[in-house]
Amino acid sequence: MNADSAEPSGRRKFLATVAGAAAAASLGAADAGATGGERGSKRKWGMVIDLDKCTGCQGCVVACRAENNVPMGGQTESELDRAIYWMDMMTIAEGHYPELRVQFVPMPCNHCENPPCIKVCPVGATHISEEGIVAQIFTRCIGCRYCTTACPYTRRYFNWATPAWPEELKKTINPDVSVRSKGVVEKCTFCHQRIRAAKEKARAEDRPLTDADVCRLPACAASCPADAIAFGDLNDPESEVSRLARSPRALRLQEELGTHPKVIYLREAKWRE
Amino acid sequence: MGSGPPVIEPSYTVATVTDKISSVVLTRRTPVGWIIGFSVALLLTMTFLTAVLTLFAAGIGIWGVNVPVAWGFAIINFVWWIGIGHAGTLISAILLLMQQKWRQSINRFAEAMTLFAVLCAAVFPLLHLGRPKFFYWLFPYPSLHGVPPQFRSPLVWDVFAVATYFTVSLLFWYVGLLPDLATFRDCAKRKLAKIVYGVLAMGWRGSAIHWHRYDTAYLLLAGLATPLVVSVHTVVSFDFATSILPGWHTTLFPPYFVAGAIYSGFAMVLVLAIPLRAAYGLEGLITPRHLDNMAKIMLATGLIVDYGYVMEAFFAWYSGNEAERFMMINRMIGPYAPAFWATIACNGLAILALWFPRVRRNVPALFGIALLVLVGMWLERFFIVLTSLHRDFLPSSWGMYYPTIWDWATFAGTIGLFFTLLFLFIRFLPLISMFEVRALVEPKT
Repeated sequence: MNADSAEPSGRRKFLATVAGAAAAASLGAADAGATGGERGSKRKWGMVIDLDKCTGCQGCVVACRAENNVPMGGQTESELDRAIYWMDMMTIAEGHYPELRVQFVPMPCNHCENPPCIKVCPVGATHISEEGIVAQIFTRCIGCRYCTTACPYTRRYFNWATPAWPEELKKTINPDVSVRSKGVVEKCTFCHQRIRAAKEKARAEDRPLTDADVCRLPACAASCPADAIAFGDLNDPESEVSRLARSPRALRLQEELGTHPKVIYLREAKWRE
Repeated sequence: MGSGPPVIEPSYTVATVTDKISSVVLTRRTPVGWIIGFSVALLLTMTFLTAVLTLFAAGIGIWGVNVPVAWGFAIINFVWWIGIGHAGTLISAILLLMQQKWRQSINRFAEAMTLFAVLCAAVFPLLHLGRPKFFYWLFPYPSLHGVPPQFRSPLVWDVFAVATYFTVSLLFWYVGLLPDLATFRDCAKRKLAKIVYGVLAMGWRGSAIHWHRYDTAYLLLAGLATPLVVSVHTVVSFDFATSILPGWHTTLFPPYFVAGAIYSGFAMVLVLAIPLRAAYGLEGLITPRHLDNMAKIMLATGLIVDYGYVMEAFFAWYSGNEAERFMMINRMIGPYAPAFWATIACNGLAILALWFPRVRRNVPALFGIALLVLVGMWLERFFIVLTSLHRDFLPSSWGMYYPTIWDWATFAGTIGLFFTLLFLFIRFLPLISMFEVRALVEPKT
């Protein structure tokens, strides 16, 4: 045993190994962030909806319904005004007949940066992801509807009855999105299943996720014939959403509430005060 | 309230007090009124069970709730019932610590009222859930999910507040019952009654050491219960106050809710005490002085509630916040305006009559006013919950709420459950604390 001489060199070697491992780990983490890994990502998903382009065709509403397995509800539920819309088309009527103007406002979840809904959930069924998506874990939801009342935009829906689809539509259910049960809250997720698929595709092709990959990614954006909906990373100054968000036409709903919505609307005319 | 007429009729002796109160349970025949009252209450309880079973089978779609009014009768009734409970705790704990001897004739059934009201209140948040079978996820228990409750949510605070309140109220009530249960054990003629009361009395023999421990325990429980009078309804008010909806988002809510709770609670104590003392000839034990004192507390807390109404309107105007102003105007002239004005009439105007000693001594008038207060406090919760929800920030998502037959059946059902439990309590337990009232008997010289 040559303990006296071996120990100092062993310690030095050990320290060097530890330092090297730590450096490699931190580099690895940074690398993962750059190539679109979930952890440590600096992305902030957002959406820009150009109301001046929107024709009110409701293509986004239908596409969202098909993509996200939004239940039909049936006649009874619809008559009770309980239909579910992750993407809803609101209308604002201005003026009086014959000088009547109708503004269409497609309304997905605003995915607020400071969402009032997640603070009130007693079981943590809703949370904000690292990339800014306000997500809902359907299987964790106990259906207290606190989030539904807390959302100032009323963008959360509740399954008042067992979700149902007509027989023909059952075959079209999207396997990427879980169907919900009676008694849970559901909402827009910015089509996170599509984002995940796009990330996997980019990773398989060994390239970073680009703005072109995601710009028309959510079902609503993909289906819009007027190209009124853009999606992307608000933290990337070069992305289309960032560019559009800097437009003087940009506005967010109920900004004074401090919720910081990540859905930005573009509109030329001044909004009705 | 220290001086004034004697707390109980001076003609009572230690023996007559015990006889009078224990005869209700042990010797007298069950009055016809009790049988009729109990039957009606039981029928309503059955209605409640039907409504709950239907609810579990069909889901809360059978209620009138919808988006945007996703909270309806369940929350209104929860707040109303839990508020009613507060008077019992105030009477038993705070008045005990303040050495208000007059409380001793009314504390027992007021505590029972608290217990049953909290029970009725506690069922509503469970029924309100979309998936009631998972209610236990609200409790922090070591689960395989690895997801604890989300402690920033006032709903989780509610679970702790209500569970603590129920536990402490139950302990307080039961500990207070022990000496009287022993009296029942000793006075009962039938063997079954002897055994049951004997088991419940937990070996109470009334020795000096028993009394010493009893006094310490009772005082400690009173100390534990005292903060609950303030904290429970404060937490309930946070359900509303922590959200950003106009009409809910206000710092006024905790004191306003606590005052409202005590106010409605005393109204319920009066509504129960007045027929009870008449039916069982207890006017000598629950005297006009009791009624007068309770009316005074009702007046004081009612005026705090009225101050709350005025301040809500003032904030809406003074804040300059458009949403708050709209909410207030909508409350006054919108679709639910009748509920608002009825509340003002019941809680704002009717109680002003209590300024007059003549009204406070007039038993039928007092009963009528207390009933109006109960209705008023329910309607107050009705408009607080509904007016803020049905006119949301965005006009595109406005809606209305109409309660369905199942909403009403569940509400009426809990009233039935409350009275069923109360009738059973009157029939099988001493509704006035015998040993405490015995201490009030004037020594005969």
